[in-house]
Amino acid sequence: MIAGPSLAGPLAPSEVEQPVDETTAVPDRPWVVIVWNDPINLMSYVTYVLQKLFGYPKPKAERLMWQVHTEGRAAVASGPRETCELHVFRLHEHGLWATMQQDD
Amino acid sequence: MGLFDRRRVRRRGPGRYELRLPATERTVLADLVAQLRELLVATTDDPLVRRLFPTAYHVDADRDREYQQLVRDELLERRLAALSTVEETLELDSLDEAQLTGWMTAINDVRLVLGTRLDVSEEPVEIDLDDPEAPPYAVYEYLGFLLSQVVDALEGDLPEPDEDAG
Repeated sequence: MIAGPSLAGPLAPSEVEQPVDETTAVPDRPWVVIVWNDPINLMSYVTYVLQKLFGYPKPKAERLMWQVHTEGRAAVASGPRETCELHVFRLHEHGLWATMQQDD
Repeated sequence: MGLFDRRRVRRRGPGRYELRLPATERTVLADLVAQLRELLVATTDDPLVRRLFPTAYHVDADRDREYQQLVRDELLERRLAALSTVEETLELDSLDEAQLTGWMTAINDVRLVLGTRLDVSEEPVEIDLDDPEAPPYAVYEYLGFLLSQVVDALEGDLPEPDEDAG
């Protein structure tokens, strides 16, 4: 990524000297793992998978499962990119529809 | 054991499960597992099995391509291993946790592919018995019935939840 001065308008001199590098401009925003609703997976199965993979107590897993079911999606975990990729992999392994994106 | 005994899977103690499956159902499962293996070995890009290899980065196609290249083989290997577990233990009446977990994965995978093929929605459907889709629908429903029992049994062996995760 190219580091360079921001061209986004008039800035105070002290600010112009600051290199705007993406790694500093966009600090490590955490990633979120999202599970999407699908019409095939059983509710009891989704609840079980969330307990098994994340160690969530059953009431929390059920709450997330219902959120997926009624709202179409739910954030089930968050953290660094590598951790979230592993979560997504394990959710895919269990047949759930999971994606990840950087938190806004 | 038989057609009129509804309970197919029972937890008999820590990591021990009893399987009470009529021979006809074992035959059906063997056939489904073999069919899924054939599909998966042929390709993982067929729309029918794409559901088993979902997108990870839905907002970043480049990153998703990288991710898929990285994990596709591993994911395929695990799915095939679950099918092997069912094939190897198909005649048994008692399974351990790893074996029943393989059954869970295989049953769910077959169900996902069949559900995709039937284009199921969340609305319950009434299928006429003379509908050509009636047999696959019956199998789909049967797999759901069996899977829920497998999940009930395995739930008994989940570790204590993380206190922090509540």
